[in-house]
Amino acid sequence: MPVKVLIPTPLRQYADRHEAVEVDGHDVGEVLQQLVSAHPQLQGHLYTSEGRLRSFVNIYLNDEDIRYTGQEKTPVRSSDTVSIIPSIAGGSVAAARC
Amino acid sequence: MALQLAAAHLAAIRRHGESDYPQECCGLLLGRFAGERRIVDDVHPMRNANTTSPENRFDFDPKDHLAAQRQARERGLEVVGFYHSHPNHPARPSQYDLEHAAWPGYSYLIVRIQQGRAQEANSYELAEDRSHFIQEPLDAGAAA
Repeated sequence: MPVKVLIPTPLRQYADRHEAVEVDGHDVGEVLQQLVSAHPQLQGHLYTSEGRLRSFVNIYLNDEDIRYTGQEKTPVRSSDTVSIIPSIAGGSVAAARC
Repeated sequence: MALQLAAAHLAAIRRHGESDYPQECCGLLLGRFAGERRIVDDVHPMRNANTTSPENRFDFDPKDHLAAQRQARERGLEVVGFYHSHPNHPARPSQYDLEHAAWPGYSYLIVRIQQGRAQEANSYELAEDRSHFIQEPLDAGAAA
């Protein structure tokens, strides 16, 4: 079923300049895999070399963070919208290392 | 790339940094991409959601960020970057900033707040390999 994925501005250059892409999938993981299959340059910006979502990449299904709804196994419906939102953090002093 | 914003927008960021001192302030830079420039049409203050060390750390609350992105999209504005303050520290990225940066392609504007008063502001972009920040020209002379 087609689901709309909203593409963050800096990543649109890797998605043929599209603001949004419609891809198929039964769950969020399948949707994201279809997205990177259609636009392979997105792979490294969303996933680590081990195939996990990068730590600063948050995925929302409509208003819900998928970390609290079943991660990438969260099922999707055709009316759903997936948003890719970066974590934004920083600070003036270097992080303490343990 | 270069970051272009109106003097009034930079003044708003400086006031935000002063009002939140000694804690760090943070927010979104909204606007558009035009060739080699990121042009700011509005600034969107965000709440610093860091509760453990807000004097030298900031976090966006993810839900707030999602809502702000949605509002910007409805207004036809893009997120072109982010700003935050460095209380009593120079306006240049820390190692912590580098480790917590998102993707290249955004502007990262930092303003130093020294003893409660805004000082210099600098803008940076993240290198493609994410290894370092690159200072970019900051054009803050335009009228709003």
